[in-house]
Amino acid sequence: MVRSHNEDSIASDGDQGLVVLADGMGGYNAGEVASGMATTVIITELQQLLEKRVPYEIDAHSGQLVAHQLLHEQIAKANTSIYQAAQSQPQYAGMGTTLVVALFYDNKMTVAHIGDSRLYRLRGGELRQVTKDHSLLQEQIDSGVITPQQARQSQNKNLVTRALGIDPIVEAEIHDYETQPEDIYLLCSDGLCDMVSDDDIGLALQTLSSNLKLCAQHLVQTANDNGGRDNISVILVRVLRDYPAPRSIVGKMMSWFK
Amino acid sequence: MAKLILSMDGLVLKEIALTKERTTIGRKPHNDIQIDNLAVSGEHAVIVTILQDSFLEDLGSTNGTVVNGQPIKKHFLQNNDIIELGKYKLKYVNEAVAGQAKAADFEKTMVLRPGSVKAATAAPAASAPAGAAAAAPVAAAAGARNLSDTVAGQTATAAPVAPPKPAAAPQKNAALQLLSGANAGKELDLTKPLTTLGKPGVQVAVITRRPQGFFITHVEGASFPVVNGKTLDAQAHSLNDHDVIELAGVKMEFFLKT
Repeated sequence: MVRSHNEDSIASDGDQGLVVLADGMGGYNAGEVASGMATTVIITELQQLLEKRVPYEIDAHSGQLVAHQLLHEQIAKANTSIYQAAQSQPQYAGMGTTLVVALFYDNKMTVAHIGDSRLYRLRGGELRQVTKDHSLLQEQIDSGVITPQQARQSQNKNLVTRALGIDPIVEAEIHDYETQPEDIYLLCSDGLCDMVSDDDIGLALQTLSSNLKLCAQHLVQTANDNGGRDNISVILVRVLRDYPAPRSIVGKMMSWFK
Repeated sequence: MAKLILSMDGLVLKEIALTKERTTIGRKPHNDIQIDNLAVSGEHAVIVTILQDSFLEDLGSTNGTVVNGQPIKKHFLQNNDIIELGKYKLKYVNEAVAGQAKAADFEKTMVLRPGSVKAATAAPAASAPAGAAAAAPVAAAAGARNLSDTVAGQTATAAPVAPPKPAAAPQKNAALQLLSGANAGKELDLTKPLTTLGKPGVQVAVITRRPQGFFITHVEGASFPVVNGKTLDAQAHSLNDHDVIELAGVKMEFFLKT
């Protein structure tokens, strides 16, 4: 039994330092419609906005970091588009999607996520899960009902507590992290992490770090070898070198006096 | 829906469906499963069911609760677990697991709204039509500024994956014996899912251990590995017993262990 069509959707823009991954849900082909809408809205809108806006500045009106503001706004926009399509067209009723977005700028990344698609970081040979799923299992782990080891045996996988396009308003979880050269970031749908243990993901990222394309193929292949029947999507990002924000001389001098 | 089969001395007494969130077991009549036996405490144990998962908890009973021969306080029930209470046995059967192969939407991601646990257990709508399994080739979106390079891979799981259970690692073990170089004669067991060979920055290949056998793939460097005198391309190459590999100026023999 294999899923006959792909409900996952991915998009990336290396120049803007932007990667987006979505795992759709909903009957017939609604899942792929929802995930496709999410990645398209977010990547195209952000590409345009990042031409004009500087992600590391503070927005004068809201007092928020521009990166956060842009992500909040565009995720809300994608949510509204999917929600309205689901409301107005019966074949799309109930569709939704998970989402994970990473925006890299100024030696930092801002990560926004909704649902159980994940972002992992490999640094110094150590793999760490950066995002925390919005799922029933994660809530059970947090409240101590089950252990992370037991969670792997659970029949309650795939139950997300937050998704894009299901309600008129959704709140994405947004956090900032500093990045270092040689870091490798993995964005993936649950098709990967349900089938491949964190240890094996870490081993693959470490041993195949010099060839990310092969690494991505290997991860997908391992999930399939392990009996994976869900769609599997992975995006790998390597930080090649420092990318500090281009600040003016005056700005630099000001920061020395602070 | 999970159920319990109550038996004594191999004789099936009754079946109990785990439909309630809490199913109590004890000697007193108010229990959901009443076992009128002096070895069973008045309130002996409880089974908490959350969607497809069930947890057994001993309620401080005098004689304790045993699962698969082990006394437990709290236990995450797995299909075919045997719960023992004195002379009585309760077998836990989770048909969601047993009948997984026939469920059309076994791994559908669904949204769990707060307070709608019941709704989430209902079967989701229309399953996917059996269309052509379109395997999206691994899409490489390699973009690079002075920032990062990204690689994205994605599949719709292609081709029928026959076994519903994860395929085991290959039964056979294999090893490499170095035939030339400073360490000639040395043996290297291929026990890990991935083993890299060669010199980083010069030439690296990886041997992957898969259910179908062992494969060698080029990872980095200008020259590709040579197997039995033939230079490989970028594709993974299946290894046979006594293949001779040449890599970074070192010859080695691949052999299967019995």
